[in-house]
Amino acid sequence: MKTKKIINDGANAVDEMLEGVLAAHSDKVFAIDGSPRSIVSRHGPRPGKVGLVIGGGSGHEPSFLGFVGKGLADAAAIGNVFASPPPDPIVECTRAVSNGAGVLYLYGNYAGDVMNFDMAAEMAAMEDIEVRTVLTTDDVASAPRDQRDKRRGVAGNVFVFKAAGAAADKGLDIDECERIARKANDRTFTMGVALSPCSLPQTLKPNFTLGETEMEVGMGIHGEPGIARSELQPADAIADALMDRILAEMGADSGDRVAVLVNSLGSTPLMELYILMRQVRKRLDAAGLALHTSLVGNYCTSLEMAGASITLMHLDDELQELIDHPCDCIMFRAG
Amino acid sequence: MSEITPAILAQMFRDIAAAMAAAKGELCELDGVIGDADHGIAMDLGFAAVARALDGIDPAASDPSAIFNTAAKSFLNAVGASSGPLYATAFMRAGAAAKGKPVLGDDDVCACFIAMAKGIQDRGKAEPGEKTMIDAWAPAARAMEEARAAGASLPDALDRAVAAAAAGAEATRAMVATKGRSARLGERSLGHMDPGAASAVIMIRSMARALG
Repeated sequence: MKTKKIINDGANAVDEMLEGVLAAHSDKVFAIDGSPRSIVSRHGPRPGKVGLVIGGGSGHEPSFLGFVGKGLADAAAIGNVFASPPPDPIVECTRAVSNGAGVLYLYGNYAGDVMNFDMAAEMAAMEDIEVRTVLTTDDVASAPRDQRDKRRGVAGNVFVFKAAGAAADKGLDIDECERIARKANDRTFTMGVALSPCSLPQTLKPNFTLGETEMEVGMGIHGEPGIARSELQPADAIADALMDRILAEMGADSGDRVAVLVNSLGSTPLMELYILMRQVRKRLDAAGLALHTSLVGNYCTSLEMAGASITLMHLDDELQELIDHPCDCIMFRAG
Repeated sequence: MSEITPAILAQMFRDIAAAMAAAKGELCELDGVIGDADHGIAMDLGFAAVARALDGIDPAASDPSAIFNTAAKSFLNAVGASSGPLYATAFMRAGAAAKGKPVLGDDDVCACFIAMAKGIQDRGKAEPGEKTMIDAWAPAARAMEEARAAGASLPDALDRAVAAAAAGAEATRAMVATKGRSARLGERSLGHMDPGAASAVIMIRSMARALG
């Protein structure tokens, strides 16, 4: 059975989405001439500022292009659905946001993204643009704690991008921007649960199967299998299972502050996200952790997958100021 | 002694494109079991772009190196993902091995083939046994090299490369993925053929037919 989608031709889904994004938001972003999958902020890049380039596959909207704008990412390179962009659009983004202060690449830790961004960095180096790379690795379910560098980047990207984007917007140099991006990633932890699969626009076939009453804990944002499959649990039990793992990883002390993201994987509605948020807050209160800020909604999706993830960022004074720093992106605003 | 002209190489890439288009659904299904179900789409898209790019080149005014480099660039920009950099590197290495030659002789074809496998391994940093396309490419390159060293003709050596690639792909069923996206599956990847190894066999088979 084929899934239903509001598309024209599945093969054109990404490019037609980008045309729609420009139709709506051309006051804030533009696509580079001759490189339609390089989306650049009109108000971000400026002389002396570190350029922040993010990117990845399509199908995760508002990740990644939604976070392009003043105070956050200067440009995003867009790939096919669930596939890293090739080096060319990344290099085009790099040139567009390079203002002599260096360029920071910030993206999720996936084999394809690493190869393409590394090739782009090599090409940029030949043009004397200094590129630094920080990979996000916030998904605690994707590898054991002592193999943090093998973990994949998921919804926690938003906080890491936000901190690095604010650092660059405040005029910090490339060393500082890189340090802050690494620190933000080290202090950000995500875990999710999937209830039903998604389907690619080109295949219209579910990309995995889950029993009618099953859920999968720790599933990745491309349907990568998680750590346990079980009967669907009530929201409080799901929140507890995710929070147990995240809090154990984070190792915060009573009185510490956190930022929270309760994220939909695509089709799970706000009602359910807020039911999760209710229990997240109870768990924070019980642990003596102060909720500094919270985001609830679609931030890093997996097409129409049902499910949600919870992200905690362990704040300190520096990160808190960066998370509060204003930004004005096409699909996200703060401050 | 064969003489592989730029026109034959361009036709080889068109043959690969046709074979990938025919295998698209099957590759997506393999990938749906252990990946995100898009491998067939990526390979079809990539080689269709290669065929289109080569249509814009006059083989008579070109050389083998230029054909490989055109294939590399067009494949990479159409695909991205993991297979983009891996095959783009393979074709660029073949282009480097063919540099300066107006046509390819038997030894040149062998050198290009081995350079492709080496390029994939260097870019992806995968070792045999990790359930990736290298489990098809590495044994194929070895079989090719050994067959030529033993005095086999190029068609014979290519046939042995195809057989070794197919056996290598078959062997991925018994492997637990440790590289690439399916690595996250761990034990659950057991029993399934790696889609990257499966498409490698399709490519190597098309190459053998066109060049042998």
